[in-house]
Amino acid sequence: KCPRVSPVVTLCYCFVSPQIRVKPDNTGVVTDGVKHSMNPFCEIAVEEAVKLKEKKLIKEVVAVSCGPQQSQETIRTALAMGADRGIHVDVSGKDYENLGPLQVSKILAALAKQEDAQLILLGKQAIDDDCNQTGQMTAALLDWPQGTFASEVSLEGDKINLVREIDGGLEHIKINTPAVITADLRLNTPRYATLPNIMKAKKKKIATVKPADLGVDLTSRLEVLKVEEPPQREAGMKVETVEDLVVKLKEAGRV
Amino acid sequence: MSFKVTLSSFFTGCRSLSQLAELPETHQILRQTCRDYADRELSPIAARLDKEHVYPAKQIQELGAMGVMAMEVPEELGGAGMDYLAYSLAMEEISRGCASTGVVVSVNNSLYIGPILKFGTEEQKKQWIQPFTTGEKVGCFALSEPGNGSDAGAASTIAHQEGDEWVLNGTKAWITNSWDASAAIVFATTDKTLKHKGISAFLIPMPHPGLSLGKKEDKLGIRASSTANIILEDCRIPLGYMLGPRGSGFKIAMQTLDSGRIGIAAQALGIAQASLECAADYAHKRTAFGAPIGKLQAIQFKLADMAVAIEGARLLTWKAALLRDSKKAFTKEAAMAKLAASEAATFCSHQAIQVLGGMGYVTDMPAERHYRDARITEIYEGTSEIQRLVIAGQLLKEYQL
Repeated sequence: KCPRVSPVVTLCYCFVSPQIRVKPDNTGVVTDGVKHSMNPFCEIAVEEAVKLKEKKLIKEVVAVSCGPQQSQETIRTALAMGADRGIHVDVSGKDYENLGPLQVSKILAALAKQEDAQLILLGKQAIDDDCNQTGQMTAALLDWPQGTFASEVSLEGDKINLVREIDGGLEHIKINTPAVITADLRLNTPRYATLPNIMKAKKKKIATVKPADLGVDLTSRLEVLKVEEPPQREAGMKVETVEDLVVKLKEAGRV
Repeated sequence: MSFKVTLSSFFTGCRSLSQLAELPETHQILRQTCRDYADRELSPIAARLDKEHVYPAKQIQELGAMGVMAMEVPEELGGAGMDYLAYSLAMEEISRGCASTGVVVSVNNSLYIGPILKFGTEEQKKQWIQPFTTGEKVGCFALSEPGNGSDAGAASTIAHQEGDEWVLNGTKAWITNSWDASAAIVFATTDKTLKHKGISAFLIPMPHPGLSLGKKEDKLGIRASSTANIILEDCRIPLGYMLGPRGSGFKIAMQTLDSGRIGIAAQALGIAQASLECAADYAHKRTAFGAPIGKLQAIQFKLADMAVAIEGARLLTWKAALLRDSKKAFTKEAAMAKLAASEAATFCSHQAIQVLGGMGYVTDMPAERHYRDARITEIYEGTSEIQRLVIAGQLLKEYQL
């Protein structure tokens, strides 16, 4: 008997560029013309959702992305990997610049209720801001259990067995559904979309909604004061003995 | 790559060149998928494949699973059911990762599957295409001989009928994929008096009694793909293994090569693009006279010339692909694309070594491999000289000379 689970997989549309530059006015990083694509951890989340569907443990995979028009591209990629339909939450301009984990989790919580989702799968963090907050906040807003940094997921009836990668090693937990799971690196190896699936993805539907339609207020509680580059790496110093090292560290105020 | 959303008019009939400023969304996703595959799975191993002359069997199977080994083949036969524009994009990205893998993909798609798709019976398509879509089996195309390359009409390999069998005798030369193939399309003379109208095409499984392979050629580049002679000594095949009508072999070969040229143009583009990226990256990092060498005009002019050569050849390749997809005449454009792209590849790889200086000459950097891989693109599937003849022939027809 397979549970009627309809997961919502959320995708980050983040920038993946080797060369990041701070804007001249120090308000952020330059995003214009920088290559954007699906967050690698979110790829892993999509793969896990598609795998669960292939095992017939879940009914439907819905891919969600919040961002400007261009983020539909990541949804299409998820559809090509096997997601059934997409939801594009249209956020652009200043709203997009201020979009942070709290706002995204509010959106996801609203969508989860609207879609009657039983499982939300996300990447553990986005590689552009490294926040590692959205999954946790979403679970809290929905008052759902959360399984973060998942390296193994298995469904058992209406519960989920999870292995989490933590500092001390691997933690095995069992949580109820509905739940939020965030994917870590070793959960799976995402598939390359096959060309026939890329063609089929064209026919799959992507609905567009606005945050206001979901009753979500995008006002940020944070104000970015300044963004600056990390200090240039300076030359090191060699010392002869451990005592010298301790003296130097004390001098530098490090100890 | 910028993100402008394209117009839905792409999906109807002919697409004009101006709309090529942005590719359709599916093609963008396809291109990105192939690029990701090439970056993650091909680039890291390309140097080793080249050094050890290893056929990328695992990668070819993975590409087969993606649908890349049979891009134009309809889905019912196990292919991806895509168009030639998609094929050119895939070829460029794969070759950018590994040019040898690119040529294996190209020969299977354009030279082996292509003519069977166009000239084969339904039965032949099932038997000779379906098993060759997954990457587990690849095919090859045997036209050239030790005595004739450009002079394809002078095929000295003979096929004569004996009862309900064809018996083939002769030698084919320079056959890509030969050592890894499970089937070959072989061109042989069935009626010597009809000259090039007396050549026919045959499908031969490999291995097969009477068919043997010469030694693997030790090549300058594309070393992970095998190239060897195919020797036919009383090689017997059923009558049903003839492809297309008797005497249409030359026509089949020429039409097949027209399409193959688009694939090879795309391969050359991939090599050229890889060279440009290598050079641009190095120009950013290497300092001389107190600044990155990319600040020096001498280097900037090289990079600019490389970029222009590539972009021009790329647009020619896309145009040829679009014309073919719209079922319009594309012989001239395909020849132009192959000529422009292969000369861009040799130019860009040459300049990339120059930009890298001493580092360009050693195997630590990929520039020397691109230089070696690029060279063959001006020779196979129609030498640059033949391309010029084809272009001139078409031009003169247009001007009614």
